[in-house]
Amino acid sequence: MDSVARPFDPRLLRQVPSTRRDVLLLGVLGAAVAVAVVTAAVALARALAAAVELRLEPAAITVFLLALTARAALTSGLGVVAARMAATAKATLRADLLAAVGRRGPGWLAGQRAGELATLTGRGLDALDGYFTGYLPQLVLGVTVPIGVLATLAFTDLASAVIVLVTLPLIPIFGILVGWQTRIATERQWRRLRMLGGHFLDMLSGLPTLKAFGRARAQVTAVREMADRHRTATMGTLRIAFLSALVLELVGTISVALVAVPVGLRLLGGGMTLAAAFTVLLLTPEAYAPLRAAGTRFHASMEGLTALDQAFTLLAAADGETSGSGSAGSARTAPRPGVIELQGVTVAYERTTALRDVDLTIRPGERIALVGPSGGGKSTLLNLLLGFTTPTAGRILVDGADLAELDLDGWRRQLGWVPQRAHLFADTLAANIALGAPGTARERVARAARAAALGPVVDALPQGLDTVLGERGHGLSSGERQRLALARAFLRDAPLLLLDEPTARLDAASEQAVVESTLSLVEGRTALLVAHRPALLAAATRVVRIDHGTLNELVTA
Amino acid sequence: MTTSAASPHAVAARSADLPGSELGKASGRGPGDAAVRRVLAFAYPLRWRFVGAGLLAAGTEAAGLGLMAAATWLLATAAGQPPLIALSIAIVLVRALAIGRGVLRYVERLASHDAVLRMVTEVRARIFAALVDRPPARRADALSRMVSDVDAVQDLVIRVMLPMAAAGLVAVAAVGTAMFADPAVALVLLAGLLVTGVALPLLAARLARHGAARLAPLRAAYAVDTVDLVHGAADLAAFGARPEYEARGTAHAAELARVERALALRSFAVDAAATTLGAVTAMAVMITALSRGLPGVWLAVLAVATLATGELALSLLAAARKGAEIQGSLRRVAELLDEPAAAADGGLPVPDGSVHLRLRGAGVRYRADAAPALHDIDLDLPPGRRIAVVGPSGAGKSTLLALLTGAITPDSGTATAEPAHAARSTDPTAENGDTDGSALAPSAPGVGMPIAAFDRHQWPAAVTGLLADAHLFHASVRDNLLLGRPDATEDELVAACRTAGLGDWVDAHGLDVRVGEDGAELSGGQRQRLALARAVLADPQVLLLDEPTEGLDPAQADAVLAAVLAHRRGRSVVLVTHRLSGLDAFDEVVVLDGGRVKERGTQGWVRAHGG
Repeated sequence: MDSVARPFDPRLLRQVPSTRRDVLLLGVLGAAVAVAVVTAAVALARALAAAVELRLEPAAITVFLLALTARAALTSGLGVVAARMAATAKATLRADLLAAVGRRGPGWLAGQRAGELATLTGRGLDALDGYFTGYLPQLVLGVTVPIGVLATLAFTDLASAVIVLVTLPLIPIFGILVGWQTRIATERQWRRLRMLGGHFLDMLSGLPTLKAFGRARAQVTAVREMADRHRTATMGTLRIAFLSALVLELVGTISVALVAVPVGLRLLGGGMTLAAAFTVLLLTPEAYAPLRAAGTRFHASMEGLTALDQAFTLLAAADGETSGSGSAGSARTAPRPGVIELQGVTVAYERTTALRDVDLTIRPGERIALVGPSGGGKSTLLNLLLGFTTPTAGRILVDGADLAELDLDGWRRQLGWVPQRAHLFADTLAANIALGAPGTARERVARAARAAALGPVVDALPQGLDTVLGERGHGLSSGERQRLALARAFLRDAPLLLLDEPTARLDAASEQAVVESTLSLVEGRTALLVAHRPALLAAATRVVRIDHGTLNELVTA
Repeated sequence: MTTSAASPHAVAARSADLPGSELGKASGRGPGDAAVRRVLAFAYPLRWRFVGAGLLAAGTEAAGLGLMAAATWLLATAAGQPPLIALSIAIVLVRALAIGRGVLRYVERLASHDAVLRMVTEVRARIFAALVDRPPARRADALSRMVSDVDAVQDLVIRVMLPMAAAGLVAVAAVGTAMFADPAVALVLLAGLLVTGVALPLLAARLARHGAARLAPLRAAYAVDTVDLVHGAADLAAFGARPEYEARGTAHAAELARVERALALRSFAVDAAATTLGAVTAMAVMITALSRGLPGVWLAVLAVATLATGELALSLLAAARKGAEIQGSLRRVAELLDEPAAAADGGLPVPDGSVHLRLRGAGVRYRADAAPALHDIDLDLPPGRRIAVVGPSGAGKSTLLALLTGAITPDSGTATAEPAHAARSTDPTAENGDTDGSALAPSAPGVGMPIAAFDRHQWPAAVTGLLADAHLFHASVRDNLLLGRPDATEDELVAACRTAGLGDWVDAHGLDVRVGEDGAELSGGQRQRLALARAVLADPQVLLLDEPTEGLDPAQADAVLAAVLAHRRGRSVVLVTHRLSGLDAFDEVVVLDGGRVKERGTQGWVRAHGG
């Protein structure tokens, strides 16, 4: 969090180059606003001074109205530029983040990172709107307007200029001091607050359980009591947190009093014109307004800065790590998979070693079943061949060529992959089957579906293959998902198949269907299949046991 | 005057988090609609607090306006070089208002937040109570949305109603004061305020709603893109489909950016119009006052005060946008509160002794256009019987349990219960399934009463267990267990943990360890065992177990299941599972598929089927 406490993140200019021009534009507009503010105030002061003498000064009134209109337009222009920056920055960061996913490959997404990325790229970055349109323009005006005001005051009434010059820094200083104090106090209460605040969600999530034990009614009181304790705790925090707003408010208003009273006294002595006095009165609050606005919006914009920081950190991580599966040096086109050799391959992660000095030769036409306990390294072996993971030591040779030097996309075109849990896309059934081959003829897709025992499922749907699946394939059972993954592999018609427990988590009936179509799929192809079921093991020509990262040949056919 | 512009764009953007379909319903209605009234009804018991907060808010704004007006009067009067004494009141007033404004603001914010938090406390309790009486389980994202919906109630008061009330009061006071000076001046001021303070905020709200309605579908589409690109990264890479999907996502993001820019332009144009109109009004007031022959000092004071009043319009724009933004949330809150209780309280008392549950031709259909979740199910569950229900996910297993808990009622057929006074089988061989039908026959055979007829708050004492959506509360292990039986002794708690295989862990860590949000600080196995221990502790007449050993390895799973069955000796158990091992101890195995009974067998079925 410390890294985001500054008001502007310079990494933005590097990551989103078009923002450089926008930042410049903000500065120019900010300066123009300052000029308009000063012009409007001086003109209004003249008009007012004339009015006090019961005269109309049309020129002053016209200048005032024009300057104020210009100021309103320029301020809105500032907002529009800031909003454009926000929209562009979001679009650019989104594209960069998703491109990073593509560059780093699926291995990079393991664990928490996938969820974090999906949330950040989606809604998380929308928090930038508040920062850009609410905070940033005020920050710019907080520099330009006080300069313009001070310069004008120095010519009009030096004493007032000194008062403003001395009190103005109090806003950031008090803002920092009070903010610092409140942060300490707030953080002390934060854990408690979050717990109390989370209680309602906890109770809602657990409502079915409460009902199951007949305790739901009794908890209504608990919810009320907890919410009331939340209120008491929150008020304790707010009493301190609002102090910072109080100080910002007071500095602004008291300065008006500090300036107005002496100016009034000097007018009394005849040492000043009324127009000059009005100029001072009208300009003084203008000097404080943008800084105050920025101060009150800083906390609201923190969310945006945090999202920005998160995005940059993720992008830096994507550039920094080297263990990924990018196809950086992918000059060589992939050969048809002939003999595949794993030579002394070790895959080590931060804490564990998934594979230890593994040797394995896969000859064309072989069907190798991989067995062993979960976590033994079976999936890692498949990920190596998919290019999702690269060996920490050792190498993988395809017909004598190192897999690390092959064009990964070309290599993957030779593979048919049936993962344990395929991701289904929010698209039509046909598009899901023809993944990576959008132009495939309808008939071929239908044939692949039938081959994967998906025929009855498709026929039962009113729109057949054109049925649009919900997010993440919502609407299909696990057996149907698995068959869809098989259909992808059928359509792919690849010489090398990698199957990761295609029958896991399936019931007897689905398993039967999937086993049958799996058997017909592997027929005549080279295959590596992670399997437990006897029915699938029967299809294997060799069985290899992987345990604690080491390989043992069980049966040699 | 202030240089601050509201940030309409951010507001419009956030409101787009609402799903588009719901926005459609919300659009075209002002913030004064029924949902707002329904929610604001909760403010009624606290009305004096809110009136106080509103007056403080108005006082704050009035102090700011008064400060500028008094300072102007001070300067304009001083220019006439009167004796100093003529200025002393104005000088005191300027100083007092300068301090008063900040202090008033501070007190007002504390008062309003305290009042609104009191109100939200009540809203939360009422929503929770309303949900207690509703059947459906909800998805996690819907739940967190509900929590933020309730938070929108705070925004309604603090950021919409209070600013509107304050601006309204100050505007009325300003027009009233101007009326004293001159009716024509007051009329000009009123006309200006109506445009900047009413017409423009309405326009801003309209634009905000319109923008949200345009952005919502784009954002939803883009969210789906990201999920596909991130969670489907492996599939996309393996099948070389990444460029196609990435292009789709980038196109959506660009379209989103384009619409956002266009909407920002319109919103900021409204802001500019408000500022300009405020200045025009001020000059019009000044010129009118001059033509009406008011004193010169008052011309300046009126002009400056009008400018300051015009600035309130900017806060009204923000309030109007916020109001548009939270409309969907408020409507959902109001709907929840309006929902009548699903069932009246009361009902038949639950029998003390054993119950005999029966399903006869029971069918359940969740949606008219979908296949039934359960079809024509018969199940006989006399006391002491142990039934295992197996089948793939989606076969209707959990729905069957929901029929027994009374969470749902059958759409066809019956789900009944009747008292059974048969002696509990204490025969140790009973757990081998050697149940003699005649020994367990109910002494008062006949038609039972529908499960729905029993007191639904009492029913869990008879039938409950570890159900599919078992939740662990962010509390101690002890608190979570006590939910099963609030009066359990320490020994009973520990014993239940031992039965569920959590004994060693409890010995090591004790019962007062907090489990984290939904048990996040426990391992998957520990979570499951804790939920199981709670069900064991509840010790109902019929124990329902929905995949109780999920997340345990096979050896542990068998051991835990055996221990639970041993603990239940002689009392009914209904187990739902997809594993076939350990089912020897069951009297009957029911195989469900697609909501129908595909097969059923008695003890020995599993062996015959090679499980």
